[in-house]
Amino acid sequence: MSTVTLSKIVKRFGAFTAVHDTSLEFGEGQFVTLLGPSGCGKTTTLRMIAGLLDPSEGDILIGGRRVNDIPIHKRNLGIVFQNYALFPHKTVAENVAFGLKYRNVPKDEAARRVAEALDLVQLPQVGDRYPKALSGGQQQRIALARAIVIEPDVLLLDEPLSALDANLREDMRVELKRIQDRIGVTTVFVTHDQSEALAMSDSIVVMSNGRVEQVGAPEEVYNTPASEFVAQFLGASNILAATCTGRANGTVTLDAPVFGRLGIPAERAPQVAGAGPAKLVLRAEKLHLAARGTTDGQAASADAVVEAVDYQGQAARYFLRAGAHRFQAVNMIDGRPFAAGAEVTLHLRPQDCAALPGDPA
Amino acid sequence: MRGWGWHAITLWTLLVYGFMFLPVGVVVLLSFNASQFGSFPMTGLSGRWFVELWNNDAIMRAFRTSLILGLLTAVISTTLGVLASLALVRYRVPGRNLISTLLIAPILVPEVVLAVALLLFLNFLGLPKSFPLLLAGHVIFTLPFVVLVVQARLVSIKRDVEEAALSLGASPVQTFFEVTLPLMMPAVAAGALFAFTISFDDITGTLFWKPGGVETVPTQIFSMLRNSISPEINALGTVMIVFTVGLPLLGAAVARRLAQRGGG
Repeated sequence: MSTVTLSKIVKRFGAFTAVHDTSLEFGEGQFVTLLGPSGCGKTTTLRMIAGLLDPSEGDILIGGRRVNDIPIHKRNLGIVFQNYALFPHKTVAENVAFGLKYRNVPKDEAARRVAEALDLVQLPQVGDRYPKALSGGQQQRIALARAIVIEPDVLLLDEPLSALDANLREDMRVELKRIQDRIGVTTVFVTHDQSEALAMSDSIVVMSNGRVEQVGAPEEVYNTPASEFVAQFLGASNILAATCTGRANGTVTLDAPVFGRLGIPAERAPQVAGAGPAKLVLRAEKLHLAARGTTDGQAASADAVVEAVDYQGQAARYFLRAGAHRFQAVNMIDGRPFAAGAEVTLHLRPQDCAALPGDPA
Repeated sequence: MRGWGWHAITLWTLLVYGFMFLPVGVVVLLSFNASQFGSFPMTGLSGRWFVELWNNDAIMRAFRTSLILGLLTAVISTTLGVLASLALVRYRVPGRNLISTLLIAPILVPEVVLAVALLLFLNFLGLPKSFPLLLAGHVIFTLPFVVLVVQARLVSIKRDVEEAALSLGASPVQTFFEVTLPLMMPAVAAGALFAFTISFDDITGTLFWKPGGVETVPTQIFSMLRNSISPEINALGTVMIVFTVGLPLLGAAVARRLAQRGGG
């Protein structure tokens, strides 16, 4: 278990800069997620920590030791790859024991540790099978066992769940988190899936175009996005240009189109200093639809028309129009969903909103 | 319903196969002929020509030469081919498309042209013909086959399997011997077999390159045929068939077993 520090890391491929000047620090035993769309530099960052790529500039420290010049096979890392990367010509037990061979672990101890690792991933009985006899989920568990049996300083997970079926993915998510809690290893997890990131992480690093957009705990990143990109990427958000009229007594007051005047908690708008242009961030899940004319005591409301409905079972995504503005809302379905063309009233509680500084005029 | 067209195609196919394999069958059949002459009619079954073959020093010498030449060609060609494939597939070698094409080129150039070219080149350098140069010729000749087969396999081996081995503490060399080589073994074995069989029955290049007094099995047969058709040649042909057909079949079976065990 070790801390991981990236200090002013830059990675260039020819003229293209994949990662811009980035500094990050991951605490001991933390589960940190690098989250972003493909091409945002998250995998490049992971591969630099792993030693599979050399940074163009900057230093990488693991447990306080600079590792830039240490080749991958001497870094003592556990890596789990997207496509499992098990050795097809070795049995499951041989796969798991592979790393122990290079650590001079005596045979009987190696056998014991392999058995323990297989127990930990709940596949104690498959040791003498070959990887191709296992399902995708089982193979990924074996890949995890192989990575943790060497007691790595850092566990690196490169989109380990994305090759699995949806149901299996959620099971594995819980499983992975349980195992990480149990062994307490510092873990860097790369994903483009925001729900994985929110569910598993101690800390999320949101990346876009080779830059870090925000670092924070899941609730923090979700509730108080630091940029429009973060607001859009973690769950759908509606962004409205608004005007801030003042910041006082822990409340930031915004004049927004459609909803009028809103008093937003100041901690949800840390970057809005005072009067001036601002952006109102409305989470699609926080915009509640009700029959036209109903009121909700503490909520702002506005009339809207449903333009389209995307039925998702327990929830529905609504595409709405209110005046000249279009909104998205995701509501749990209670009874019957609103149909396209329905006239509704939108309710919005100001404390569920967040605000960002507006574009300078 | 299968009409007359179907029967015509069946007949045609049989004729083609007959045309291809009947002469081979005749050679094998006649190698067991008891008669003095290496042709029909058969006068009885006998293994005497195999015994004669065994006692014929010139042929046995040629056989040994071919065997050594083939084995050395296979070993050198396979080693070079594997290294070249690794470099071309795994590393960003400048001009690798050109290098790849040049490595494959000997397949495309007519053998005679290649043979004469190498000979002229040796002349130019003032080097006499020798066994190592004959070997070099065979290596040039068989290398493309090895490279083609091994490269195709290497492309299908995912880089992340090797990266996984590295991350677990294996050095690059250990990773090669523990992971990469075992995974490409079927292709390496196939390449080595190709190299051996191609070398074993090559005649064009060998005729040009062989130093005086050195004969391989094909050149030996060739020179024997100039005098008369001895029944020994039929026996020798049978032995050659066993070597050049039987070995690859055996190799393919072994490779299939390896692949089944190791997985794709």
